Amino acid sequence: MLELTPDRRLTGGIRLLAHKAQSTTEPILRGLVPPELVIGLHQHAGESAVPIVEVGQRVAKGEPIAVPGPGVSAGVHASSSGRVRAIEERLIPTGARLRNALCVVIDTDGEDFPYRGATSSAWPTDRAAQLDLVRRAGIAGLGGAAFPTAAKLEGVAGRCKALIVNGAECEPYISCDDMLMREFPEEIVLGVIRMADLVDAPLAIIVIERDKPQAIDAIRRAALAAGDPRLRLAEVPTIYPAGGERQLIELLTGEEVPSGTYPNAIGYVCQNVGTAYALQRLASSGEPVTSRIVTVTGLGVATPRNVEVPIGTPIGWLIEQCGGYRDDVVRLIHGGSMMGYALPSDELPVTKATSCILAATDDEIRVDFDEWACIRCGECGAACPARLQPQELVVAATARDFDDLEALGLDDCIECGCCDVVCPSHIVLTERFRSAKRALAQHLRKQALSSEAEARHKRRERRREAAVEDTRAAQEALKAQLRADEERRRAIEEAVERAKRRKRGNVEP
Amino acid sequence: MLTAVTLLTGLSLALAAVLIATSRLLPDREDDAVARIERVLPRIQCAQCGFPGCRPYAEAIVAGHADINRCPPGGDTTIRALAELLGRDPQPLDASLGHASMDRVARIDETLCIGCNLCARACPVDAIVGIPQTMHTVLARYCTGCELCLPPCPVDCIELVPRHA
Repeated sequence: MLELTPDRRLTGGIRLLAHKAQSTTEPILRGLVPPELVIGLHQHAGESAVPIVEVGQRVAKGEPIAVPGPGVSAGVHASSSGRVRAIEERLIPTGARLRNALCVVIDTDGEDFPYRGATSSAWPTDRAAQLDLVRRAGIAGLGGAAFPTAAKLEGVAGRCKALIVNGAECEPYISCDDMLMREFPEEIVLGVIRMADLVDAPLAIIVIERDKPQAIDAIRRAALAAGDPRLRLAEVPTIYPAGGERQLIELLTGEEVPSGTYPNAIGYVCQNVGTAYALQRLASSGEPVTSRIVTVTGLGVATPRNVEVPIGTPIGWLIEQCGGYRDDVVRLIHGGSMMGYALPSDELPVTKATSCILAATDDEIRVDFDEWACIRCGECGAACPARLQPQELVVAATARDFDDLEALGLDDCIECGCCDVVCPSHIVLTERFRSAKRALAQHLRKQALSSEAEARHKRRERRREAAVEDTRAAQEALKAQLRADEERRRAIEEAVERAKRRKRGNVEP
Repeated sequence: MLTAVTLLTGLSLALAAVLIATSRLLPDREDDAVARIERVLPRIQCAQCGFPGCRPYAEAIVAGHADINRCPPGGDTTIRALAELLGRDPQPLDASLGHASMDRVARIDETLCIGCNLCARACPVDAIVGIPQTMHTVLARYCTGCELCLPPCPVDCIELVPRHA
């Protein structure tokens, strides 16, 4: 197995305090069953899954409760056994924001009784069947966006230059991938090999940041034992956001993912180590995704640690399992301190996108500074890993100048938050870019609708003009016909007249 | 003396010919203004401005017969764009005009539709399909939310619903 040490440097990026040690002292806590599960059916971009259970129905652990909807979607399964109490809309946390989604609410019976239904545990041999199984088993990107894995793999299958397995985990506070790599390196490596088989990748590169020596060691040993010639291990410097997929690809290969496209456009695919682990569990024992590792951390929680949590577990109950809150907790954050967002309540459930719950105290979150004027220092541009100019973007974002926003490349912003951290004037940048992105997308949709409407209206006008012209032509033709008929009738009458006269007089020829 | 008169007369005649030719051949400046204004309008032909379509409204603005705050579906964005284009002050939307919005689409209640086809004939963008005497339906992808199909419906079976992104 070759070890890669990329000599390229990350564009932009910043060094941050990792705050990871506090949650890595305890092993992963397993086997929890909460009294209630709230399982979201739409945890990712794309389409919602469609429920197939009824209120009152008993379900077993791993039983499908929703099948993938049309398009990009993933199946959803009961995370423990119990009875369906309700199927209703609830607020759930997803990768980038909160969303109202249909949820299946289950009262658990505590027995965690496994499903023995029609799912065949054998891993199929042909690619289409494998992708279908991945889709139905609800496997989704466990790095934090929960994007359906089947759709991502399908987009690159057969023309993949390299599978990049992301164990960088650059975001502060989060340590769920680190702990998973320490405790289940063999399963991860086997999952990576299966994934490489699936997309037919000649290379499978597992990437880990240098601040995780135990994980690097464990994965190295497991990879050597597996002995697959396609495996590579890459250690990358600890710079935020090295774990972004565009950043990883550039760091490892020197190739830049073109603006407006995804990595599959240049033949790469990134998958999180947790996703590889989930794939291996599916392939070896037919288990769908019913749980994920969540880092519960921050100074606001008594015992920070990693927990394997059934999907749908209420966050408040999860915090209780980690010793409960400390008195000085002020905010609950979903995700890490950089890309996470505040939760309005701890009654919300864990989803496949929940990598971390950060119970923060005043010391850990940015207090609300006053914004000062931009001094044009250019620090934000230097820190931007997407090579954008935040100080220009923020002017266009505030003015909602859509032409400028498009020209300045707003859509390439990965919302990493580096610009916010380095800004000496405490200007709120990323939050404005997030809302400007939504506004720009809406603006572009409207523009497209307008152009389409204009074209369709013109076609309709032309068609109506043509119809009017046709009617006029038909009327003209009819008139001409009538005139011709009239003339012929008159000619006949005249001829008859002449013949009569000839008979009567018999004089003229 | 004679040379000077001939030269100047000839010159002015030649230049007049050039000017007449260019004004005939190149597009009209007023038309140009109309086209540029039309570009900023939503072009969904809802007619809620009181003119029969977006181009007639643009012509009316150029002719000075209409204000720039008469486009409900365009809203503030369109008013701001028009103000910038024409060098005028933005003003609030004329609230008396209607509330067409491109964020909504028409939906036909299929249990009530009698298949009269009047809505399909009213749709400026051919977004309603259906054979007479049978159920009609709206192609949501093309519907602009202009509300022009509402008045002709004899059974009031069309409503506007939020557009799914």
